Amino acid sequence: MNTISVPAVETSNIKSTRKLLRLTKFKPALVLLPFALLFFMFQIAPMLWVLFNSFIYEDEFSLENYQEIFDSAFILQGFSNSLWLAVTSSLIAIIIAALFVSSLRRFDSRARDLIVSFTNMTANFSGVPLAFAFIIILGFNGALTLLLKKYGIIDDFNLYGQWGLLAIYIYFQVPLATLLLYPAFDALSDDWQAASSLLGAKNWQFWRYIGLPVLSPALLGTFIILIANAMGAYASIYALTSGNYNVITVRIASLVSGDIFLEPNLAAAISVLLILLLAFITLINQLLISRSYHAKR
Amino acid sequence: MQNANSSLFHKVIVYSTIAVLIIPILATFVYSISSSWGATILPNGFTTDWYSQLWQDPRFIAAFGRSLLVCISALLLSALLIIPAIFVVFYYFPKLNGLMNILILLPFAVPPVVSSVGLLQIYADSSIQIVGTPWILIGTYFTIALPFMYRAIANSFEAINLADLMDAAHLLGASTAQAFFLIILPNLKKGLLASLFLSFSFLLGEFVFSNILVGTRYETLQIYLYNMRQTSGHFTSALVMTYFAFIFLFTWLASRISRGAQ
Repeated sequence: MNTISVPAVETSNIKSTRKLLRLTKFKPALVLLPFALLFFMFQIAPMLWVLFNSFIYEDEFSLENYQEIFDSAFILQGFSNSLWLAVTSSLIAIIIAALFVSSLRRFDSRARDLIVSFTNMTANFSGVPLAFAFIIILGFNGALTLLLKKYGIIDDFNLYGQWGLLAIYIYFQVPLATLLLYPAFDALSDDWQAASSLLGAKNWQFWRYIGLPVLSPALLGTFIILIANAMGAYASIYALTSGNYNVITVRIASLVSGDIFLEPNLAAAISVLLILLLAFITLINQLLISRSYHAKR
Repeated sequence: MQNANSSLFHKVIVYSTIAVLIIPILATFVYSISSSWGATILPNGFTTDWYSQLWQDPRFIAAFGRSLLVCISALLLSALLIIPAIFVVFYYFPKLNGLMNILILLPFAVPPVVSSVGLLQIYADSSIQIVGTPWILIGTYFTIALPFMYRAIANSFEAINLADLMDAAHLLGASTAQAFFLIILPNLKKGLLASLFLSFSFLLGEFVFSNILVGTRYETLQIYLYNMRQTSGHFTSALVMTYFAFIFLFTWLASRISRGAQ
């Protein structure tokens, strides 16, 4: 008899401790409340506003805002300019950063630490101050522009156009790419390179068949963050061109905070498309990563 | 294993990348200490006038003060709300950690321009009059600092054995609050400080929210910087270098502290 009643007592005990636990968890949950409230107010609510209002046109629910975007060559140009800047600058920056990091591994640890912390610091050199620095060296009367002109390397350099903006984008992408790639290169073992060269592989063969496949998830992941970073960039380009160069973030901002033609709902629709574009790029990236070396193991 | 050729190749790559990264900084510095630098490659003479002129400009001091005020309040608020929240998540609701990890990606995934569209509309006409005031900046800075702060503090929580520490404290008669303040908090110190310094230098450089949501109504350092673009290049260079010195100081402190923590 006793042997049967023991489990019964235990279950009732467990039940009451569970109840107690639920009660004791009520107070800690309250601690989460102010955090959740602030996060909702400043992150979730604006996102929801943007999503709902992108479908509101003249107080009615419609797709008119989206229609307007696809009819407007100007907004579409903003998208294509943004995409071109983002993809080109990310590609160039990731190549520079990959070369930089792979060469940095050959340095001794003291020098390496110093260089990494320097790159860390330049990662914070962006936005308005960076635009100023670029005006000083690459503007119409910039020191570097004059130097290159003197030796006849260039005729003229327009910092405020496509190529100047690309230069500034690459500048702020390289430190970010370096920081993201630096830990990833630890996955490469020096022994592999030694083994492959013992077996007669050339340096490029090592990178083509071993190095890059091993690094591909890190490279792809970094590439996505760089693209998102460049697509969302606003401060540098705004400071450099006062909003005269047509990229998508400048379009969005001018529709909500310009002096004329305020169309917040249209801005919301462009924002939704921008987010969808970023989500789409991330999705493709996930597909590529899942097919890469690490996932196969 | 390596020959001299390949080591030279690596040196060239590393040093040329550093050179390219350092040129804009150096040029700005030289520009800020040169008396005049017209259409020539090298400046004519050197002076510290631009710095003294900058540091005597009351508008600069005021803008700098406002930036410090907003950034420090936002960071204090973040620390005050995030640490207990992470503690509660890790100790009482470990299952929530997955959700939190997704939520804290949102400020990363959503460009600030997009968030500010919603923020401007929601709070421009609402009863809470915060557009154009530092309050809205403190709120938005809380969210953009969140990914950094959460990751850094959560890493510290993962490094300590939270459940065992709390059990030991409880066995010895401490209340949960006592255990939190006397045992958990001191263990987080280094991770917390490093993330605070890092977030500070990041927030000080924030321009999008301050430009769209507040603008000149509450002139922060970045807005002042932007508004000063028409003045002398030497003056703005001195401004950029001053700003930069602060960023460097705080990033350096952050990396110092986090290296010490390892």
